[in-house]
Amino acid sequence: MKVLVCVKQTFDTEAKIELKDGKISDAGINLIINPYDEVAVEGAIQLKEKGIASEVVVVSAGSDKAMDAIRTALAMGADRGILIKQDTGADEYARAVAIAEVIRSEDPNLVLAGHVAADDGSSQVPTRIAEILGWPHINVITSLEIADGKVRCSSEADGGSQVTEVKLPAVISCQVSWNEPRYPSMKGIMQAKKKPVATVDAVAVENKTRIIEYFLPQAKQAGVKVEGEPEECAAKLADFIKNTAKIEVKA
Amino acid sequence: MDFRLTEEQEMMKRMAREFADNEIAPYAQEWDKNNIFPEETVKKMHELGLMTIGVPAEYGGPGLDHVAQNIVTEEIARGDAGIATTMAASTLLAADPVLIAGTHEQKKWFYGMQNEGAIAAFCLTEPEAGSDVANLSTRCIKDGDYYILNGTKQFISNGGVAQLYVVFATLDKKLGHKGICAFMVDRNTPGVSVGPKEDKLGIRSSNTTQVIFEDVRVPAKNLLGKEGEGFKIAMKTLDLSRASVAAMAVGVAQAAMEASIKYAKERKQFGKPIASFQAIQFMLADMAQYIHAARLLYLEASSRQDMGLPFTQIASLAKCFAGDVAMKVATDAVQIFGGYGYTKEYPVEKYFRDAKIMQIFEGTAQVQRLVIARDLLRD
Repeated sequence: MKVLVCVKQTFDTEAKIELKDGKISDAGINLIINPYDEVAVEGAIQLKEKGIASEVVVVSAGSDKAMDAIRTALAMGADRGILIKQDTGADEYARAVAIAEVIRSEDPNLVLAGHVAADDGSSQVPTRIAEILGWPHINVITSLEIADGKVRCSSEADGGSQVTEVKLPAVISCQVSWNEPRYPSMKGIMQAKKKPVATVDAVAVENKTRIIEYFLPQAKQAGVKVEGEPEECAAKLADFIKNTAKIEVKA
Repeated sequence: MDFRLTEEQEMMKRMAREFADNEIAPYAQEWDKNNIFPEETVKKMHELGLMTIGVPAEYGGPGLDHVAQNIVTEEIARGDAGIATTMAASTLLAADPVLIAGTHEQKKWFYGMQNEGAIAAFCLTEPEAGSDVANLSTRCIKDGDYYILNGTKQFISNGGVAQLYVVFATLDKKLGHKGICAFMVDRNTPGVSVGPKEDKLGIRSSNTTQVIFEDVRVPAKNLLGKEGEGFKIAMKTLDLSRASVAAMAVGVAQAAMEASIKYAKERKQFGKPIASFQAIQFMLADMAQYIHAARLLYLEASSRQDMGLPFTQIASLAKCFAGDVAMKVATDAVQIFGGYGYTKEYPVEKYFRDAKIMQIFEGTAQVQRLVIARDLLRD
């Protein structure tokens, strides 16, 4: 069984986001493999270790920088990579079209991905891929079992969880709680460079969306400090609620 | 000249840093306080290949170059200098004599054990032979296909946890350094025993003990190099390991600086973060300069090792300077933390204690200066 994992290179989750000329600046930013996708890679490698998967192929769409994400996945234990060269301005639709095209030619039994990217958080690409391919899709999974050409997953549902079973091939996107991604081993890192990575050009399609503006959240305003004796404080606070914050108090 | 790391070196650095941040640093204070050798963490490090960074690829190891080995060592030491000592003393210091003088068969045996998880220890220092290495008293007497070892080794890193020892002994003290031999010794050989764990000032998560050899029969095939080559092997080993100790010292200094920066931004005095005062800023700026210079020194020494160029001088410069830098930076870190820095509530007093050993072990700061000066004054 062939498993294909989609990974995205994202900003380090601790990176400080800054805007330059109206765009998000990547100067001096540490890039990492999207933590959600890292969980998908780990899941795929575990399937291989259990003898269920025979090959783990990792795919990323983006600039040359995305190669780092692929190499990290290879160091963790994936077998080979495919870098889809695509403009960094491609939207979720264009990304999904490009990745779906590669999936068609690779013909895997299972496609895994993180359910969301830690940077833009749009949570669209795996679902769009499934839609384009006409494959079944389970989102935000926390466990996965494969048997008799089917995949059965637990996934998060509003306030609880649900178990869903679909036929393979399928697109499955995961929640971070599915597993604990391993550190790449020293040997894994040394072997990563020897593993094959193919580079292909993305299918040329127009974006369906246009980003009009980026802006940073407003800086947090300093709070109001109420000082004095408890009685005094309570009175001031009550006055504040009533007259400044204008919160209606129903009797 | 290109100061960039290779893709693999970058990945290893990142991996070691993340491992140190998640698996080492959060526990380091507890290990230190309670004198705990973190067996489980060492096992995890073995699984990830960190405990075998010195094993060449042809012997089943990851096959790192010296630059990568020492970058990894720095990152692990940034988490805890004690566990970095455990790692480096096993896979670098104790394995280097085998790398330098081992035959194919000897390497297969030694590295094979390390790949299985065996920790190694380098047994050179004795109660009466520290800097004066040639004065060691542990005897080795040839007896057929065996050598019989007798003597006591002092301050041995990994002494109590090692399964493999590399032991230096003399055929006859009168021969001076020409009488010294190096052996690989299996811990399970009858007559090998270890003393109690030393109660150290710093690097307290590492296991340091005496190792005692009483009529230990070592197979002659475990002799590294020829009889009398032990001194040369020991010197070459210490040459190689100097850059690693320098890297460890840089790791401690880096951790101390990072803690200082964080604290200086948080701590307020006179209504402002202390980071806004020049007195603090200058200390931080000095730290950055010293650390960067020390890092470049150990990287140059490591790079020369990889290129097969002479490196004795630069390795001594690196070891000596980096050890002093660790001490200076950790001292200033305590200063920046003020009264809080003097307590065990914050990590900097640990860095301060850990830093001190960097000026002592594997050739004291004074021995390094001797090596450097001798080279300068050579006619």
